[in-house]
Amino acid sequence: MRVRISAFLALLMGVLFVAGTALPASAAAPSQATSMASAPDELAIRGTLIDTTDRDNPEPVEGVTVTVTDSDDNEVGTATSDAEGVFSVPVPGNGKYVVEIDTDTLPDGTFLRNTEDVNKEVNVLGFSSTVQFQIGPDNRDTTSTAERAVELFTSGLLFGLILALASLGLSLIFGTTGLTNFAHGELVTFGALAAYAMNVNGGLPLVLAALLAVLLSALFGWLQDTGFWRPLRNRGTGVIAMMIVTIGMSIFLRYLYQYIFGGDTHTYSSYVTQSSLTIGPISVFPKDLVSAAIAVVVLVLVSLALAKTRIGKATRAVSDNTALSASTGIDVDRVISVVWIVGTGLAGLAGVLLGLSQQVEFQMGFKILLLVFAAVVLGGLGTIWGAMLGSVIVGILIEMSTLFIPAELKYVGALVVLIAVLLFRPQGILGRAQRVG
Amino acid sequence: MDVIESALRQGLGADAIIFALAAIGLNVHFGYTGLLNFGQAGFMAMAGYGLAATVSTFGLPFFVGILVGLGATVVFALLLGVPTLRLRADYLAIVTIAAAEIVRLTVGSVTLKDWFGGRDGLQAFTGTFRDLNPFSERTGFGWLTYRAYDAWVILVGWGLVVLRCLIVWALMRSPWGRVLKSIREDEDAVRSLGKNVYGYKMQSLIIGGLIGSLAGFMTALRQAATNPDDYFTEVTFFAYTVLILGGAARVLGPVVGSILFWFLINLLGGFFTWATRGDDPLMPTWLMTSNQASLVRFIIMGLALMLLMIYRPQGILGDRKELALDAR
Amino acid sequence: MPADTPIADFDRHAEIKQALSDVEHEPGAKKPDPILVADNVVRRFGGLTAVDVDHVEVQRGAITALIGPNGAGKTTFFNLLTGFDRPDTGSWHFNDKSVSGVPAYKVARRGMVRTFQLTKVLSRLTVIENMRLGATEQRGEQLVSCMIPGLWRTQEKANTERADALLERFKLDAKREDFAGSLSGGQRKLLEMARALMVDPELVMLDEPMAGVNPALKQSLLGHVKSLRGDGKTVLFVEHDMDMVRDISDWVVVMAQGRIIAEGPPTAIMGDQRVIDAYLGAHHDAPMTQEEEERQLAEVAEAIEAELGEPGTTSEETSS
Repeated sequence: MRVRISAFLALLMGVLFVAGTALPASAAAPSQATSMASAPDELAIRGTLIDTTDRDNPEPVEGVTVTVTDSDDNEVGTATSDAEGVFSVPVPGNGKYVVEIDTDTLPDGTFLRNTEDVNKEVNVLGFSSTVQFQIGPDNRDTTSTAERAVELFTSGLLFGLILALASLGLSLIFGTTGLTNFAHGELVTFGALAAYAMNVNGGLPLVLAALLAVLLSALFGWLQDTGFWRPLRNRGTGVIAMMIVTIGMSIFLRYLYQYIFGGDTHTYSSYVTQSSLTIGPISVFPKDLVSAAIAVVVLVLVSLALAKTRIGKATRAVSDNTALSASTGIDVDRVISVVWIVGTGLAGLAGVLLGLSQQVEFQMGFKILLLVFAAVVLGGLGTIWGAMLGSVIVGILIEMSTLFIPAELKYVGALVVLIAVLLFRPQGILGRAQRVG
Repeated sequence: MDVIESALRQGLGADAIIFALAAIGLNVHFGYTGLLNFGQAGFMAMAGYGLAATVSTFGLPFFVGILVGLGATVVFALLLGVPTLRLRADYLAIVTIAAAEIVRLTVGSVTLKDWFGGRDGLQAFTGTFRDLNPFSERTGFGWLTYRAYDAWVILVGWGLVVLRCLIVWALMRSPWGRVLKSIREDEDAVRSLGKNVYGYKMQSLIIGGLIGSLAGFMTALRQAATNPDDYFTEVTFFAYTVLILGGAARVLGPVVGSILFWFLINLLGGFFTWATRGDDPLMPTWLMTSNQASLVRFIIMGLALMLLMIYRPQGILGDRKELALDAR
Repeated sequence: MPADTPIADFDRHAEIKQALSDVEHEPGAKKPDPILVADNVVRRFGGLTAVDVDHVEVQRGAITALIGPNGAGKTTFFNLLTGFDRPDTGSWHFNDKSVSGVPAYKVARRGMVRTFQLTKVLSRLTVIENMRLGATEQRGEQLVSCMIPGLWRTQEKANTERADALLERFKLDAKREDFAGSLSGGQRKLLEMARALMVDPELVMLDEPMAGVNPALKQSLLGHVKSLRGDGKTVLFVEHDMDMVRDISDWVVVMAQGRIIAEGPPTAIMGDQRVIDAYLGAHHDAPMTQEEEERQLAEVAEAIEAELGEPGTTSEETSS
């Protein structure tokens, strides 16, 4: 068994390394969130220049020169924005810097919103900083609250549906094995990175890459269960010990992803920018509409499978009482194996779709992990329908809350709700009250 | 040799102290009581920011700041404990990790920049602490020397570590400690014997949190600044690695674990940085670039946490007899 | 081992027989001196009613057995009475004081202490530490005074002496310094019983004390249970082993499908038609056909429908 676990880890490492070395683009500067862990890495001041004259169709501004000087007025470096409007100037260390935009290099027809905003002061403290220059007229507040509410509801619903895919996977695995998997976020990231690698590096069309990524995720889940979790279960490792093992796995995978794909954000090669569709009061990107449709179809299919098929019923029986199920002749190991395959497949799909609606990076899954937990607890830990309902509520809540609280605190709102739910209804919305105390 | 010297210096330096303190707190929670606190970074942030904001934002004296930090930690423990300590272990884990993120996002927000300094954090709160520094120049033994301020931080830090170890030792040999250890083994059994399990868990959460708060103070003092990213979730996970490496439910486990952890992390970091440096590095660049070098140690750390938990959950200082029990 | 049974027990046994001789052999019968009285206790799990007890009384000083086929709700009823589970409705009194809704630890402090079907010894504590934990009102268990050993040393010494005496009585003195996790199943049962006595309870509630105990130890365990009656303690126990029930109990309460269906002294119960029916009706040892398996799966799935996902501790079981 010892051999089996070690062999699995070695295999995992090997596969990811091969995948990694095959990629041309390798590690770049770390992202902000891990600055504590990777302070000695390269620091830079970055920004993206976007012309917002046409609100629905923002255009990146290319070829603009930006100059960075330090607090002693020495020039540190210059950069020119690329086709995506992105510029990045490396800086030697922490300190205050001034970023100046050369307005002469702005293309015809574009202008700074506030002409006095040519200089921006940036304080670099251990992590790379982002600076913003507003280009185009101020047309932010032209929408009414009602319109914004509809817009936020729509994007919240989409996010909630993607969250539901991830939550369902987590909930299924938790239900059948009792394992709270803190590495579930990395399974989400796995799907997105696999799709990205096959799409951008492998040159496959996105649809095909996405499909293969989901299959790869499912395979990854099967491998994990067979090579790792099942031997651990068989040797009687406790649930709490397993939870700490998942923490180790989460750290291991996350830094391995960063090692291979770098700390930057990536986008798929197609469907990055689209013009939005208007349906009644709602305006959405076609890709988001398709994502939502895929999510709904998959969620319905999995629900139906759980309700109607033999394996689905067996899964729910195992969730309810493993010992009893085993004694009535259900092959528990097989059920758990299937659950891992489906669960990681769903997580991978969530990652693929999240990469489409947002961007791909090594810790995208880790960032939504807590929201997944919030959704699962809100719906009722271990309940399958609850996980989906909870996710949609959390998704909508996060987006709609920005009507009342600053956008930067929207995740805080969701997490506060999580704690409040535990205080007043610990079994969640669909869970059933049991002994408390 | 430089690499080893530097690693040793780090192994005895401020990082080792901070994580030893954080892990001693976790040892009370997890090692002795079986509480899965995944939000130790939150406890540290309450203390660090409690101190920094009191002094730097509100202009109150340093020691008032310390009291505010300790008070904030207790309130934090109560807020987390009340909803979760009656529930299954994983609820506490989820809520503590979420609460730590709430704290980090809140203190780092632009909305509350006037109080907590947003992403820039807070500075200028260490005046009193600096004035108390008895060292005026580089201090140490042989080649192991630290700058005057660092030496003061390290002296106070190790002092706190020793004090906390003594307290934990005294607590855990008493009948009170026996109740905690029994709760870790089987809380229903303890309940059936007439002990208020909920009350004991709450006491454990507060005491472990208070020990963690010292780690928060030390984090703020050693850099003379607070920054939201110092209290990132991974800080908690590193502290768990430290604890499990050294040996949970052993008084000296976290201390030995922390020293060894920082020594190894810096040794690995130093080695890979050296191996990828220059125009013709030891490692071929297709395998590892200098940027990637800094990540290898974290990959190894994650792997180490997994393998330790599977093959040697008792850590270095684990008990032989207990080992025999676990090998079922 | 009759040597374990003090002479006092013979007198008591006769006394209790006398006291129970006038009690009706009917469910919910009134007892002359009840220590525990429960009314309308109902516990549902989803659509399933696990416990539905109208009225039951437990005679003081007697050994009362609670028997019934698997899934009758015996353990659930135990959990409810001791505060380890909450009923949907119901009230119960211990020594004429209400204990319904009282948290488990307070129930224990009032003198009603239980053991568990799956023995709960504290594996990584030594046998003697397990015993010491049982003592109540320890000054050293308070956060402030525990730091000053002078405040609790004397009490600890007295508790240890009491614990050693109990260990000797239960023949565990040789294991004093061993980890409880290294004990055999039977020794664990003994330790759990001895530890419960450290609380100095009036009512000892044993959940399947014979389960998983090898036959050699059974006789001595029986002797220990009888000796509790000799000490003047009341015993209520759940058991499957009919020989044990016949051998030591003064009174038997039979549960089936959550309800109490019969009560009486052991001899009367063994011939009761309702009891025989309940036991026979619950047997399904025949091999299942494909259709039966399908049907059972569907039933399980249905039960789950209402019951999916429960937070809180999972140690409670809906069955047995």
